[in-house]
Amino acid sequence: MNIVVTLKQTFDTEANIVLKDGKIDATGVNMVMNPYDEFAVEEALKLREKDGGEVVIVCMGGADSEKAVRTALAMGADRAVLINDPALDASDEWVRAEVLAKAIKDIPFDLLLAGRIAVDDQSSQVAVRVAEVLGMPSVTSILKLDVDGGKATVTREIDGGTETIEVPLPAMLTAQKGLNEPRYPTMPGIMKAKKKEMKTVTLADLGLNAADFAPKMTAPVYSLPEARKAGVVIAGEEPIDAVKKLVKLLHEEAKVV
Amino acid sequence: MNFDLTEDHVMLRETVRAFAEEQAGPGAEERDEHEEFPMDLWKQCAELGLTGVNFPEEYGGAGMDYVSYSLTIEELSRVDASLGVTISAHSSLCANPIYKFGTEEQKQKYLVPLATGEKMGAFGLTENMAGTDSSATKTTAVKEGDEYVINGTKIFITNGYYADVYVITAQMDKSKGNKGITAFIVEKDTPGFTFGKKEKKMGIRSSATYELVFENCRIPAENLLGQEGGGFKVAMTTLDYGRIGIASQAIGIAQGAYEAALKYAKERVQFGQPIANFQVNQFKLADMWMKIEAARLMVHKACYVADNYDNRTLSPYAAAAKTMASEVANEVARQAVQIFGGYGYTREYPVERMMRDAKITEIYEGTSEVQRIVVASHILKD
Amino acid sequence: MAKGIWVIIEHHDGEVRKVSLEILSKCREIADKTGDPLVAVIPGKDVAALADSVAAYGADKVILVDDAKLEGYTTGAYTSALSKVAKKEEPAAIIIGNTAIGKDLAPRLAQRLGAGMASDAVGMEHDDANFLSFKRPIYGGKAFATVSATSKPVVATIRPNALSLGEADAGRKAEVVNEAAEIDADDLKAIVKEVALVASARPELIEANAIISGGRGMKGPEHFAILEACADTIGAAVGASRAAVDAGFIEEKFQVGQTGKTVSPTLYIACGISGAIQHLAGMGSSKVIVAINKDPEAHIFTLADYGIVGDLFEIVPLLTEEFKKLS
Repeated sequence: MNIVVTLKQTFDTEANIVLKDGKIDATGVNMVMNPYDEFAVEEALKLREKDGGEVVIVCMGGADSEKAVRTALAMGADRAVLINDPALDASDEWVRAEVLAKAIKDIPFDLLLAGRIAVDDQSSQVAVRVAEVLGMPSVTSILKLDVDGGKATVTREIDGGTETIEVPLPAMLTAQKGLNEPRYPTMPGIMKAKKKEMKTVTLADLGLNAADFAPKMTAPVYSLPEARKAGVVIAGEEPIDAVKKLVKLLHEEAKVV
Repeated sequence: MNFDLTEDHVMLRETVRAFAEEQAGPGAEERDEHEEFPMDLWKQCAELGLTGVNFPEEYGGAGMDYVSYSLTIEELSRVDASLGVTISAHSSLCANPIYKFGTEEQKQKYLVPLATGEKMGAFGLTENMAGTDSSATKTTAVKEGDEYVINGTKIFITNGYYADVYVITAQMDKSKGNKGITAFIVEKDTPGFTFGKKEKKMGIRSSATYELVFENCRIPAENLLGQEGGGFKVAMTTLDYGRIGIASQAIGIAQGAYEAALKYAKERVQFGQPIANFQVNQFKLADMWMKIEAARLMVHKACYVADNYDNRTLSPYAAAAKTMASEVANEVARQAVQIFGGYGYTREYPVERMMRDAKITEIYEGTSEVQRIVVASHILKD
Repeated sequence: MAKGIWVIIEHHDGEVRKVSLEILSKCREIADKTGDPLVAVIPGKDVAALADSVAAYGADKVILVDDAKLEGYTTGAYTSALSKVAKKEEPAAIIIGNTAIGKDLAPRLAQRLGAGMASDAVGMEHDDANFLSFKRPIYGGKAFATVSATSKPVVATIRPNALSLGEADAGRKAEVVNEAAEIDADDLKAIVKEVALVASARPELIEANAIISGGRGMKGPEHFAILEACADTIGAAVGASRAAVDAGFIEEKFQVGQTGKTVSPTLYIACGISGAIQHLAGMGSSKVIVAINKDPEAHIFTLADYGIVGDLFEIVPLLTEEFKKLS
């Protein structure tokens, strides 16, 4: 079974966010594979271990995204396509989905996997949009996956519990935390990754023209949250005194109970 | 001269760091307290290929360079120095001599499973009366037919009891002094080979340190490693490379202690401000940073020499790297505890363990004094 | 000409979900300024009875898309039915709550309509320059991105609890129409086999008005009962930090944080939680934060509105008693 995994590189979740000239400053930030995409890569590798086939990584990003792609190759993916075109810097989810769908179309696949959300933009849109462009079903937030004879049975997270869905392949499934424990790249894996194919393509290579893809949303205007100020630490002679004071403040001052 | 790590080195470092923090970190304190050998982690290290980082792929290794090996030991030790030395001793002190001095048969039989981590290795050189004076080996080996018979006791052996394969030294001809010492490969469970005392130590408490006891232990002739009488050379060469491992362990300890102190100094408020604002602490932290940077560069230089030159050339560089790194580790760990103040002395924070762990790096695989002898003889030779 | 603000109404067990009413309240304000009709679209089965609630919260018109195939949510059926009605009605905006359904439906619907979409917005405004602009958290809430659409319709999901609930006006009436659900066979490929809901008397974390969470300081799974007892006195949900989940004290679904759930309660009580940056990403937008921790240096005290330095095992039971006295 051939699987395409779409992934992106994001800031490490520990990174502090700094604005510079109105833009998010990436200087000195450690970049990593989007944690949710790791679940998708791992699931693809597990399926390949069971049923054979090829795991192909498709990533849209600048040249520095090679790091995340190489990590996926070191984990065991077979080859990768990196879509790198400066015209995509000012893209929105619609543009990204259209372009990714075009790149993916050229790759033989039975199943598409992606992380359910990226920890940087938190849009959680592109994978589902890609499925729509490619005309196949999408199931989001999966916690468990079994594939048998061209059909996937998934358990997915819903408000208040889970549901089980059967969907024929090909389909796009997005991974939720808890789907699996992503493997660490092994040392031999890191060495092998160097020799695996990583093809970089531009819009032109995909037969696309930037002019045809005007974003549907305006360029984001970034802002930082107001710093939460430290409040008051409530002291009391005995713990019960502090607790009484707290409840009084919550009731009368903050009016939250 | 490019001082940047390659992309592969960066990926390796981040991978081992993630593994160390996520898998080794949570139980490190407890394993240290209970002197519990990290067997589970050893197996995970094997799966990740950390047990044979710099051995060729044809022998089950990852085919990486010495910097990769150093980064591996450093990142493991940054979180758990006991785990770091477990891998280092296995790799440098057992697998490496077999790689450098073994026959093809021995490499296939021993090096491959050692590199893949299917088997664990250890090195038995030190004895009660042969520490720094390692040529005073009293363990004997006598050839009898197609066997050697070994008698003697080794002490302070890292990975003892748990290791499957042991490279040991024994004296075959006292009259020849050094030139009578011979190296052998001995497998666990060989009749006549048992384990004695388990050492209770100040630090690296979850690393296994045992006595090896040989009582008329018979091993096949083909377990001779190198030549009869060539054992001292095997041991010294092994230690030259092994010192890179210990130096890396020391850097890791220093780095872990420094990071803990830095974080604490930024959070701990006294006199209305973080103690990191006080110049006395700023200077301590700056000194830590400088010393670790410098020591690490020395270790990486030694790695470069190890990959590109012979062991003779390596010898003073490895000795220097180990000396500097271990002295830095002790200084940094001590200052880290100081920055933590009273909290640093308790087991709630890792720095007291790091300080206890650091000490041994100045002692094993050749004390700092021995290292200075190595360097001195290099610089003073005609 | 695209006109009208649509709110897709989510409902469960005959009740409209609070987030849909919050969105209606806000869109009512906006519609008053723009002159767009505010349309509540209710997909499902036997949904007619819900029309009154949405009218009370400001809908001018209610479109019922009532069909057996829409009884339980499925991506395909809902996308098919709603996109067809949307193509007919041409709303200028389609707003949905950022619930499990909203997250799944909105991007699919947006792509089918060729629309842009703003996800998980915590603020929604109208001004002269932009018909609708949406403020959404990024990087775990460490920054915000404000976006608007360059074309219509625009789709957006709104975070539960981010917008205020307006006053219900029971006397308010809306025009109610029925639209047939046209569902393509192609959209029915995924089949729901089973739904397993975990019955909980406590509110859903993402919607709860109050949450009491435990961290590593809880020391064990059995101690979460102390938090549960406290939660029940004020109708709060129980949450946890990643440290507590990783230590095996509680299941992952209770995790609040960057890789857990994002919550916006009015009151968040953090017990034995140090305040790691990733936890803050999940609860930093809480209106009032209370911290209970025995470590006076715990980072959480630097941003809690109220804090008590003490042993949570002593403090929380006392808190439970005091809360009981309030009601």
